[in-house]
Amino acid sequence: MSEVTIQVRTAPRDRRFPTQNQTNHCWARYIEFHACAKAKGEDDPECEKFKRWYMSLCPAEWVEKWDTLKEEGRFPGPE
Amino acid sequence: MFNYLKLIICPFLTFSLSTVFFTDAPENWQLGFQDPATPIMEGIINLHHDLMYFICVIFIFVSWMLSRTLWHFEKTQNIVPSTLTHGTLIEIIWTITPACILLVIAIPSFSLLYAMDEIISPAITIKTLGHQWYWSYEYSDYLNEEGESIIYDSYMIPEEDLISGQLRLLEVDNRMIVPVNTHIRIIVSAADVLHSWAIPSLGIKCDAIPGRLNQTSMFVKREGVYYGQCSEICGINHGFMPIVVEAVKLPNYITWISNKLSE
Ligand SMILES: [Cu+2]
Repeated sequence: MSEVTIQVRTAPRDRRFPTQNQTNHCWARYIEFHACAKAKGEDDPECEKFKRWYMSLCPAEWVEKWDTLKEEGRFPGPE
Repeated sequence: MFNYLKLIICPFLTFSLSTVFFTDAPENWQLGFQDPATPIMEGIINLHHDLMYFICVIFIFVSWMLSRTLWHFEKTQNIVPSTLTHGTLIEIIWTITPACILLVIAIPSFSLLYAMDEIISPAITIKTLGHQWYWSYEYSDYLNEEGESIIYDSYMIPEEDLISGQLRLLEVDNRMIVPVNTHIRIIVSAADVLHSWAIPSLGIKCDAIPGRLNQTSMFVKREGVYYGQCSEICGINHGFMPIVVEAVKLPNYITWISNKLSE
């Protein structure tokens, strides 16, 4: 068993999404990560937080689906 | 309502009556609420009690007026019928009075509504997805070395597998574990049809809608095991997909998370 340090933190509240419906919050964080990764590279610490946040907000199934669509070049959002 | 029955039955408690038991699961023939474990549920119960005051006053007043009218204006007692068809003053009174009552009720009602909507910057996000017919939970704030998060399903324990003391149709194999005294964001969604994630003691009932993420917050004040059920008819096994939330101390939660991650 490997020792993992747990940090209790999550995606912060976002003023753009003040309502109960957080679908666009998840979507926006996913888009923001890929925009950041395109500009600075996937491993940039600035981008890493967006990844953490969309992982926290989006169901795993959605992320998998979007990743597949991206690979296939069929992603219905900004590349 | 405290579970007085347990106090009487359990022999240990005859020695320590100061021990308080909370009911976080339904009881037979229960009419009242389960015990609150979050400030929101306390608020809901207080609002209910506030409204009961108005309901009782209105009920007594209307019943009294109705029975008086029926008694005094019955045909044997009142041979000459009244020709009165309207009266401006009485109509103003019986329009303004209910309007004022509604305005007074609106104050605690709205303050509770907005309190429920308030998301205080959360420390933890937990996703709960409804499936036909089980719930699955995702803890994706933490990743292990392979970059995987914690995802597991929570199925009901069938009646024949229950052990003594477990609750019929309410027990699950994998509970949702949450820390106490922590602001938690719950994201509710569904994978197939509509479901609803509901736990009475926590004052949460949130629709699970495919393709939409509903957010609700949770702040559990005491350790315990909280039971709930799917609350949106979702198919044949709708009644057999219960919800169990176990609230533990924060260090225990962290231990649980790290054990899950290294599994
Ligand atoms: Cu259901």
